[in-house]
Amino acid sequence: MKARVYISLKNGVLDPQGKAISHSLHGLGFDSVIDVRQGKTIELDLKETDREKASEEVERMCQQLLANTVIENYSIELVD
Amino acid sequence: MKAAVIVFPGSNCDRDLKVALTEAMGHEPAMVWHGDTDLPETDLIAIPGGFSYGDYLRCGAMAANSPIMREVVKKAEAGVPVVAICNGFQIAMEAGMLPGALLRNANQKFVCKDVDMVIAAENERFVGGYKADQVIRFPVAHHDGNFYADEETLKELENEGQVALRYATIEGDVNEAANPNGSLNNIAGIYNKAGNVLGLMPHPERLISDALGGTDGKVFFDHLVQSIA
Repeated sequence: MKARVYISLKNGVLDPQGKAISHSLHGLGFDSVIDVRQGKTIELDLKETDREKASEEVERMCQQLLANTVIENYSIELVD
Repeated sequence: MKAAVIVFPGSNCDRDLKVALTEAMGHEPAMVWHGDTDLPETDLIAIPGGFSYGDYLRCGAMAANSPIMREVVKKAEAGVPVVAICNGFQIAMEAGMLPGALLRNANQKFVCKDVDMVIAAENERFVGGYKADQVIRFPVAHHDGNFYADEETLKELENEGQVALRYATIEGDVNEAANPNGSLNNIAGIYNKAGNVLGLMPHPERLISDALGGTDGKVFFDHLVQSIA
């Protein structure tokens, strides 16, 4: 089973990279852009075939290593 | 007195720390590899700056999970003094030894220069070598030193005297112009609740002789060693 973890900065946490991207997009004429937040995606290939167990395990990975919950939110998507 | 410097793959201030501690103690500290599971008996632990694990995932995130860090956390909880500098500060935070986080610098730039600081809270062991109103100068060299904590944590740090150092002008004024990276409340370094762990972005080990441009860092290590020995 594959899992995708999306990690983003929490609301209120300054995202200088997102801001720089936003400036560049405005420079290219994309005036409809109000705000940009940059995050990251981590793809995991897992031995586990049970969805519930896989979800629990990835949750623990996020808590222990993949995300820093002081500044980041994460969401998990399982892909069969 | 015995000291230990933890060395990670990608540490690059470990040898500077070794020189600073050797000069202060009169003998060398133990250099302990990150993959070791045992710490030698030690009265002081130093976590050096650098780019452990190439800053992969998040600065300090991998190093915080190195085998040796379990021992470091245990010793810190038992009261052993720990000084965590730059990437070491990031590692200590990721390991849960200090609150908050260090974000990308607000201006997106790697900042490499001498900074002036004022002492925000007394802590005899770490800053007792300076006068209370002294302006201290250490160099910074980082891309991710923008101190962040949520409102509640920040309030607690301020109220409990856990803010160690603040970026300031050479006259000692704490203002935005003196803030090199966007840190909340100009915070350059903090203590843990017990006061035995200091994390800071600036590098005291890089200003330990006039030949290097100053000796404020030498005062830091000399006093730290004297207060422990």
